[in-house]
Amino acid sequence: MNGLRVRAVRLGKYFLCAIAIVAFTVPAVHAQKPLKIGFSMALTGPLAQAGKGALLAMQIWAKDVNDGGGLLGRPVELVYYDDQTKGANVPLIYAKLLDIDKVDFIVSGYGTNITAPAMPLVIDREMVFISLFATAVNQHFNYPYYFQIMPAGPNPVVDWSAGFFEVAARQNPKPKTVALLAADAEFAQNAVDGARENALKHGFEIVYDQSYQMGIPDFTPIVRAIKARKPDIVYVMSYPPGSVGFVRAAKEVRLEPKIIGGSMVGLQYTSIQMNLGPTLNGIFNYWFWAPEPTLNFPGIEAFLKKYQAEAPKQNLDPLGYYLPPFAYAYLQVLQQAIEATKSTDQKTVGEYIRQAEFETVVGKVKFGPNGEWARSRMLFVQLQGIESHEMVEFTKPGKMRVIYPEKFRSGELIYPFPGWQ
Amino acid sequence: MLTLDLFVNAIVAGILLGGFLAAVSLGISIVFGYLDIVNIAHPAFVVLGSYAVYILNSTFGIDPLLAGIAMAAPFYLLGILIYRFYYAFFERHGAESLRGLVFFFGILFLVEVGLNITYGVDYRMVNAFYLGKSIEIGLVGIPYRLLIPFVAGVAMIFIVYLYLSKTFYGMAIQGVAQDSLAARLMGADPIKIKSVAFGMGMATASVAGALLIMISPIEPSMGREYIGRVFAIAVLGGMGSVVGTLVAAVLLGIAESLTSTFYSPSMAPAVSFGILLLVLAIRPSGIFGR
Repeated sequence: MNGLRVRAVRLGKYFLCAIAIVAFTVPAVHAQKPLKIGFSMALTGPLAQAGKGALLAMQIWAKDVNDGGGLLGRPVELVYYDDQTKGANVPLIYAKLLDIDKVDFIVSGYGTNITAPAMPLVIDREMVFISLFATAVNQHFNYPYYFQIMPAGPNPVVDWSAGFFEVAARQNPKPKTVALLAADAEFAQNAVDGARENALKHGFEIVYDQSYQMGIPDFTPIVRAIKARKPDIVYVMSYPPGSVGFVRAAKEVRLEPKIIGGSMVGLQYTSIQMNLGPTLNGIFNYWFWAPEPTLNFPGIEAFLKKYQAEAPKQNLDPLGYYLPPFAYAYLQVLQQAIEATKSTDQKTVGEYIRQAEFETVVGKVKFGPNGEWARSRMLFVQLQGIESHEMVEFTKPGKMRVIYPEKFRSGELIYPFPGWQ
Repeated sequence: MLTLDLFVNAIVAGILLGGFLAAVSLGISIVFGYLDIVNIAHPAFVVLGSYAVYILNSTFGIDPLLAGIAMAAPFYLLGILIYRFYYAFFERHGAESLRGLVFFFGILFLVEVGLNITYGVDYRMVNAFYLGKSIEIGLVGIPYRLLIPFVAGVAMIFIVYLYLSKTFYGMAIQGVAQDSLAARLMGADPIKIKSVAFGMGMATASVAGALLIMISPIEPSMGREYIGRVFAIAVLGGMGSVVGTLVAAVLLGIAESLTSTFYSPSMAPAVSFGILLLVLAIRPSGIFGR
């Protein structure tokens, strides 16, 4: 019995020692109340592919911050709910985040249709609100603490396509006619308004201007109708299935204008790039980031390394060039503002973001009066020299040549479009 | 801008699209038309078929169409299981088909979420040597991406038509659809026969899934985009009419193609559903309905 008691006392001592060691060695950050950042995210539904990638990037950011001691000495905690890519779910989610979860800050989910429904509540509660790839959401609200991380510029509707038409207008011989095709959705309709304005500004004649309903299985009739107008430029605003459908149909019908591309979402996704492979060569399209030497911003390589190690386990885009760096960056903006002001007061942090410039993994970010980037940094790249369907093809420099803007240019536009391969 | 070239190509594209849509709608036509089961999950099963084909294609390099045909047998068995479950918990208790709708809504979400968790939400596509190529016949250019789904869709409809009209089980399915009690009095087992019919509907989803992934990249929730269209085709063709399904799908395909080519692509679905309303006003039971 005695021996048992001695052993129990000894075990108790070890246990107390262990607690003491843990208490002294675990950073003080974990003793603090967490700083909660709340958001909705498209984890199911049509935009889930991008939404899940964004979430992973945000989780990497949270880990990086917590590994570095947290924010204002407090660990960061992400509180999020699946909005199912439905705007109707968004107001309730943000009400719950603010009233029940009592988060300290909120940021938006992915996209215009998800960001806009949160705005009335955000404005009512006077919260700082940084959004992830929403187009012109603040144009009617003019809310001072709204910020948007997509580099579309102060007038996103027009700035979105400005670079495309500027480059087109510089070509010799100058193209004369344009065909515009847009998906019947808010982003694409906004973008086509701007494209129309830019086309007319540069003196192009619009010979085809149509929308299509999302979900159509075949683009062949549309592509033939465009081809019959013989446009010099074809500018398409589409979502991933539509982008693939359009490219395949254009190749099959041999629609080969002088410039083809525009705002096709999805061509930046690795799975689509691998499937289309050399078919992509010559397409001139908007882009956000590519492994070009001119876009090697501080921290981007380290971030992508962490992302690419985890993404395959979650069946996400294995390279993650499109949205994840920006999902990381919009939290960097919030982080830097909180650190600089040493405050969680919404007004203090919001005022700081309005005037400061931020160093992020997507480059330097400065916001203009309406919360959009003060100057557009929409990239237009031409896909060149793609020889296979292998993923490694898209990790090399020189495959997504930045043509616009000049500051980040890494190659020359092959003009006219060399034809489908 | 009406030219002969454009017109002929629009008609051909519409016919090709119609063959594909008929294949996707065939399962609805069988299950809704013969069994009075509102299987709203059918497009989700088509997407499930696409994923099965994707796995066989990306892992073993099997041709997508062959993969779809190979998966028809497991889908058939899955269909029998689902019907047995549906029968045990809904049909046997005399629940109306509308209550069954809730069950199939649940199945739809289960399939979507299951795919989402298992394969993620990335877009999936298949590779085959003929995809991306096309043939030119005079004025007409025909992409293999559409030609093969058309031929496969029409062939599948022909086989199902022969099965239903020439075989004992096929005629038994029609008999049960007309009068289940009378079929039982003749010594038939309606539950077994209905299981076969439901399994057959599911087997068509596997082949239709192969055709879908040839035409377009897929993701788990993509089936929702086809729900309205497939039910419209089944109703327009006439409930339970396999030939009617093909005719209706080709009719809507041509209407959509002509509208997209000569008027406005965004109006194409509206024109399709306008035709549906017009036909139903004249023939409430559909083109081939009885």
